[in-house]
Amino acid sequence: MTTLRITVSAAVLSAVLAGCGSSVKLDDAAPVVDARPNPNAAGANSGARPGGAAQSAVTTVDVGANNQAASNLARVVYFDFDSYVLRDEYKPLIESHARSLSAVKTKKMVIEGHTDERGGREYNLALGQRRAEAVAKSMMLLGASDGQIEAVSYGKERPASEGHDESAWAKNRRAELKDR
Amino acid sequence: MTRQLTIIGAPLAYNAPACPKPAHGTRFAEANPQHFMVTPPETPQSHPRRRLLAGALAFGAWPLALRAQFRVEISGVGGTQLPIGVTRFRDEDKSGQSISGIVRADLERSGVFRVVDSAGEFDETSRPNFPEWRGRGADALASGSTTRLADGRFDVRFKLWDVVKGQDLGGQAMAVVTADLRLAAHRIADAVYEKLTGDKGVFSTRIAYVTRVANRYTLRVTDADGEGGQVALNSTQPIISPAWAPDGKSLAYVSFESGKAVVWSQDVATGERRAIANFRGSNSAPAWSPDGRTLAVTLSREGGSQIYLMDPSGSNVRRVTQSSAIDTEPVFTPDGKVIYFVSDRGGSPQIYRVGAGGGNPERVTFTGNYNISPALSPDGRVLAYVNRNGNEFKITTMDIAGGTVRTVSDTADDESPSFAPNGKLIIYATRAQGRDVLMTTTLDGRIRTRLLSSGVDVREPIWGPFGR
Repeated sequence: MTTLRITVSAAVLSAVLAGCGSSVKLDDAAPVVDARPNPNAAGANSGARPGGAAQSAVTTVDVGANNQAASNLARVVYFDFDSYVLRDEYKPLIESHARSLSAVKTKKMVIEGHTDERGGREYNLALGQRRAEAVAKSMMLLGASDGQIEAVSYGKERPASEGHDESAWAKNRRAELKDR
Repeated sequence: MTRQLTIIGAPLAYNAPACPKPAHGTRFAEANPQHFMVTPPETPQSHPRRRLLAGALAFGAWPLALRAQFRVEISGVGGTQLPIGVTRFRDEDKSGQSISGIVRADLERSGVFRVVDSAGEFDETSRPNFPEWRGRGADALASGSTTRLADGRFDVRFKLWDVVKGQDLGGQAMAVVTADLRLAAHRIADAVYEKLTGDKGVFSTRIAYVTRVANRYTLRVTDADGEGGQVALNSTQPIISPAWAPDGKSLAYVSFESGKAVVWSQDVATGERRAIANFRGSNSAPAWSPDGRTLAVTLSREGGSQIYLMDPSGSNVRRVTQSSAIDTEPVFTPDGKVIYFVSDRGGSPQIYRVGAGGGNPERVTFTGNYNISPALSPDGRVLAYVNRNGNEFKITTMDIAGGTVRTVSDTADDESPSFAPNGKLIIYATRAQGRDVLMTTTLDGRIRTRLLSSGVDVREPIWGPFGR
């Protein structure tokens, strides 16, 4: 899956703000459950029935992507290795998003934190969370309110670049700002 | 380091749920064709279940001379292993599964056995030519048969012989549906392993792991040998951190299907699933308490990443760690009283432990500046984790009481260690020749095997409990 990144000027940004997708609540995201018949579903305990339930039964569940809002405008902030410090060069970007949130109190955004591939999955999930929260805190200091922003993390699970060198890693250490 | 193996005196008294219960005081073969056990003349006839429980006591009932004759030492790589013959089972090709092939592979993968030339036509009623088998270098021999029953199930039987002593060590019959033939073979391997080593086998346990192909992720459940895989979850979004419930009936895991990390719990047999932690921000790192009544999770709902406890339904959430650092990857001790976890409160990730009711965490790892992914052995004595040294991530163990630290892998990109329920093996993921693969290792790191070579990227293995 490729992450669609569009660079737009602030003027165009404000023009498309009105048409953004709504946030996806978990209740709406019902999994697409595989409708394969499962002969083992009924009472699959250790059965004394002849020809009864296998003890190895596993039922497959399929879920698909539920949030393919095409109008998502992504903005990206990059980070140094092992760091969640916001570099000066990204402050104007953060500031402009904060202002747009401050101006329209019903507008919401999600900030997705990411890491490069090095290190454990759960620890990197937490590092990505730290990066997203750093951006969120900065935006709240600049006028956005708490309820307008959710900081989440993908850890190392969704790299922007699949390479295994520093240039790929640098592209993966990031926070993406998306409209909701 | 040497390890000694002896035969336990207890006759095989395995009770698979699919079998009809044996008659009280069953004797060899002819009396009860459905379920037979052989008992040495010295051991008193007793109810099979009591015999199983009293295995250790029954050992004492065997004559000393018998025990001494079947003693094998293992020392170092390529050290002496127990040589065993496992012949083709009569009619196994008609069942569609190579029962003997699965048994041979299981026994060899344990590192404890070496399979010798096993050609020959045998079944569980054979009378082996013991001198011939001694000539082949075998100390033990196993064989059996599969027979199709009228209702479509298969009657799978086996027998184990002590070749050194020339003695019948007992066997078993079990009736299984076709889908459980692999399981029957694994149970036979378990019975042979237990009889000859005294340790409980893990061949009929299951593992779960995640695969990724392009942007398709699956959560798979397979036999402990990586075969017989079935898909529990198909997704176009990442799946991480699977965790078996202690009863082996459900899996908790983290799914990104809604655009962020949410913890789900899924019944493996039925596929019924429920999001159990979906708070603000990221929800991850599920870990079950040994009694299955509590889950530890990492939540960012109050900012940062902190460890909380909750009921399996997702209610009664209470916070365990109180820091402004990253606290994550909780794991319970076998008595459920202590939680080990990862924290970077000291500047870089290390492993700590804290009482499950809260309190002041105590640091546990001091070697190097990056230690993550704790896993505890079933007896609570050994901690396995991933240590980063420079650019190398290696599975490492620590004897908790004594503090001895040992590196157990020879690869450099390891992750996700998980103990087998008998505490004898660790499964983990690593990278070899550009692919993610699953490996098992003995705790001393001396015997390692690769599980899967399908070419698909596999990660996050987690070993299921006993009692499928």
